[in-house]
Amino acid sequence: MADVALRKVVKRYDDVEAVRGIDLDISDHEFIVLVGPSGCGKSTTLRMIAGLEDITDGDIMIGGDVVNDVPPKDRDIAMVFQNYALYPHMTVAENMSFGLRLKHYPKAEIKARVTEAARLLDITDLIDRKPKQLSGGQRQRVAMGRAIVRNPKVFLFDEPLSNLDAKLRVQMRIEIKKVHQKVRTTTVYVTHDQVEAMTLADRVVVMNKGRIEQIGTPNELYHKPATRFVAGFIGSPAMNFIPCRLEDAGGKLNIRLTDRISFPLPPARAARYNVLPRTEKLLLGIRPEHLTESHAHLEPGVETFDTVLDVTEPMGMETLVYFGLEGTPVCGRVDPNAGAKDGAPMRLAVDLNNMHLLNEATGAVL
Amino acid sequence: MSMLAIDKGGPSRKVKYGSMSRDRTWALRWSYFFLVLFAAFSLIPPIYMLITSLKSSAEISAATNPWWVFHPTLSNYFELLTSNQFLRFFWNSAIVSIVVVIVTMLISIPAAFALARMKFWGSATLATGVFLTYLIPDSLLFIPLFKMLAVIQDFTGIALLNRWYVLLLIYPTLTVPFCTWIMIGYFASIPKELDEAAIIDGASWLQTLMRIFIPVALPGLIAATIFAFTVSWAQFLYPLVFTTSVDQFVLPVGITTTLIKGDVFNWGQIMTGALLGAAPPLIIYAFLMDYYIAGLTAGATKG
Amino acid sequence: MADAVVEQGRLARAASPRKRASLHNKLGRKSTVAFFLTLPLILLIAALVLYPALYSVHLATLNKSMQKFVGFGNFTFLFKRETFWMVVKQSCLFAITAVIFKALIGFIVAHFVHNIPAKGQRKWRGMLLVPWVIPPAMSTLAWLWLFDPSYSAFNYTLSFFGIGPIPWLGDASWARFSVILVNVWYGAPFFMIMYLAALKSVPDQLYEAAAIDGANWWQRIWFITLPMMRNIIAITTLFSLIVTFANFDIVRILTSGGPLDSTHLFATWAFQVGIQSSDIPLGACVSLFMVPILAVAAIFILRDVSKRGNES
Repeated sequence: MADVALRKVVKRYDDVEAVRGIDLDISDHEFIVLVGPSGCGKSTTLRMIAGLEDITDGDIMIGGDVVNDVPPKDRDIAMVFQNYALYPHMTVAENMSFGLRLKHYPKAEIKARVTEAARLLDITDLIDRKPKQLSGGQRQRVAMGRAIVRNPKVFLFDEPLSNLDAKLRVQMRIEIKKVHQKVRTTTVYVTHDQVEAMTLADRVVVMNKGRIEQIGTPNELYHKPATRFVAGFIGSPAMNFIPCRLEDAGGKLNIRLTDRISFPLPPARAARYNVLPRTEKLLLGIRPEHLTESHAHLEPGVETFDTVLDVTEPMGMETLVYFGLEGTPVCGRVDPNAGAKDGAPMRLAVDLNNMHLLNEATGAVL
Repeated sequence: MSMLAIDKGGPSRKVKYGSMSRDRTWALRWSYFFLVLFAAFSLIPPIYMLITSLKSSAEISAATNPWWVFHPTLSNYFELLTSNQFLRFFWNSAIVSIVVVIVTMLISIPAAFALARMKFWGSATLATGVFLTYLIPDSLLFIPLFKMLAVIQDFTGIALLNRWYVLLLIYPTLTVPFCTWIMIGYFASIPKELDEAAIIDGASWLQTLMRIFIPVALPGLIAATIFAFTVSWAQFLYPLVFTTSVDQFVLPVGITTTLIKGDVFNWGQIMTGALLGAAPPLIIYAFLMDYYIAGLTAGATKG
Repeated sequence: MADAVVEQGRLARAASPRKRASLHNKLGRKSTVAFFLTLPLILLIAALVLYPALYSVHLATLNKSMQKFVGFGNFTFLFKRETFWMVVKQSCLFAITAVIFKALIGFIVAHFVHNIPAKGQRKWRGMLLVPWVIPPAMSTLAWLWLFDPSYSAFNYTLSFFGIGPIPWLGDASWARFSVILVNVWYGAPFFMIMYLAALKSVPDQLYEAAAIDGANWWQRIWFITLPMMRNIIAITTLFSLIVTFANFDIVRILTSGGPLDSTHLFATWAFQVGIQSSDIPLGACVSLFMVPILAVAAIFILRDVSKRGNES
């Protein structure tokens, strides 16, 4: 096992820059998830760590050694692919042991390692089957088993759950987490699904357009996003961004959303934002869960306003409500018993203690 | 068939349903009728070969009903299968075809692997070139090849003309391009991740080819092997041009030249020889029909 | 890549020479491996296809004893010979007629096979492909025997209907018909199998959608089947055109070009002139006349095949 470090890593294809200078330190035993929309460079980064892509510039280090020109087989890594890439003509056991057999490990050790990995992944009964006879989830386990038996320094996962149906995906997510708790191998995991990223990672790396937007624990990313991209990407339904500006109102600082709607900021927030110029175009970032039905008794910092709902989506444990504020679509989450109806007026409460304020032009969270 | 139903128009729902299913039955009957007709057309020559091969010369020259065997005899088969000359043809054909299959595979598989997976300078052009080579017919090359071999023979003193083994050199020009082409198609259809997984598992290029690509593309390999064998077995023009002594002949040339003696046609023996000559490809076809057809259609549907 | 690395200072400075060397090694290794893997193929094509093809152009410019350069002498000599023009006409007639009938019969039979219940299709397909499996030299012998002037089984059968006897191979027109018939018999199964594969690849939903839109049987073929199969039809037809045009076995065995050279194709005539009469340059010259039509067909095939490649 080992730590992994990326130093100013660049990948250029002809005239397209897929990865534009990435710095990343992954410590031993850590579970890192690279997340971002398709084309953000996350898979390319993973494949460069694996050695499947040459790096154009920069350095990649595994366990302190620069591995830029080390072929994949000598990097001591294992990879799980999106389509599993199981060898169709080999049994499960043969699939798992292929790498060891190529390295001429003693037969007894191969057998021991395969048995152990199969036990860990609960696929002991399937050991003599061919991939064709396995379900998607079982194939996924075999692909992981193939990585585990090698006992590598680093595990690399390239969107391993994308080909599974929703239910199985949740189940396998938990499996992967359990396996990592037992094996503790440094893991780099690529996904486009922010839920997977949040649930699996020790730290999440959000990537966009070939750059790292933010690195942090799931909670940090959720509660303290650094940029508009991260704020919008993490969380579902996504954070609302409402154009707004600050204004002074009798010694207090107000935030004005529309001609009708403006709220006083809570004292802590007011102190933080007071330095901003009042003319600057800003965005109020507020998550749907902080836009709820109004209660008789309101916490400090929670303000109410009236609106007319466009559409409601009952989800069972909550109802999503959609409405517009001067053309900006906004989503809120209300109690299913709050009486939200399509086209009906409703009083909503906004929790400004959990608000974010963003610069509209730069997208920076202030 | 179903046009009739359209012309009638559908006065009511019920009638229309009835006419639909009646259409189906009629379409099916017509289909079977024509299929029987075409199958008969297809099978008459081989069946006639079999009928004639079971007749004695006396029965053939008696001009009885040609479609029936009145006194079936295996004497033609006995005669041919005990004739050293015929066995020599068979042996020549077999050895040529088998060696050509092996040579073809040894050339095609590595080349197809390189062309499908290792992008290198000129690889696309070479792949196109391979396909074009496949379109060059034997009848365009037999004269220059004949002269070429004659010149080389004079120059080096190595006997090339009138030797069966020269066919081992020439036949691959017919088999290699097509086999390479369809193997490129089969290899290209293997997901890229599979070789990446193999590379990460520590396999070299050669190990990836031998232990992953060849086993996974085995159906394609079988199809290519069948193709190479049948083409070599059936080739007629090259051996006709390059071999002239009876002991160097392969089957097709042997049968057409030696069994036809002047104006005396021993049809019983000719048909027996032809049937025996057609037997190996037919047997392969009977057992490996799906691979045979896959190989046949692969040229246009892959790549 | 190495240039950019140098700027990185401390770390790169130490690693740089090793890096550069190993990078070269790697690049060298991959293309070297690829080169050796394709080398036998390249040698084979260069020595036994490309070289003879060019050599035949050279041969065609020599006189019969191959001592003297005669330029286009052989070509102008051919242009003056009536037999040559007969061969040109017969080759075109043979190839075009045979391909049209092969394509038509193949298309029709493929439809019939596609029409019947799936479980029976294998059996029928198996029987219908037999002509393609038998080596043509062998099956043509059976046809030769079926066409035999005195013992023809066809004439025996036709005599019951008061027809014949037909001089299958004795009369120029009948001989031309016979060689085409045998070629159609041999080649139609190939079309059938290609069309059948294409028919199977047309999704059923398209036919269902067309049926709901009110298309009848004929309209479904015209608006769905044919457009979906257009590419396969083109490739198969052009490919067959090449093979048929260059055919040797059937004519050689059935008629050897007779009667009176009326059934000679380029291939059989080139064989007779170049090998049997030992006029190698003239034979090479005759077979070179196949090149233009082959080249045109090959270009179109290549276009269609690469189009297919782009689609998939």
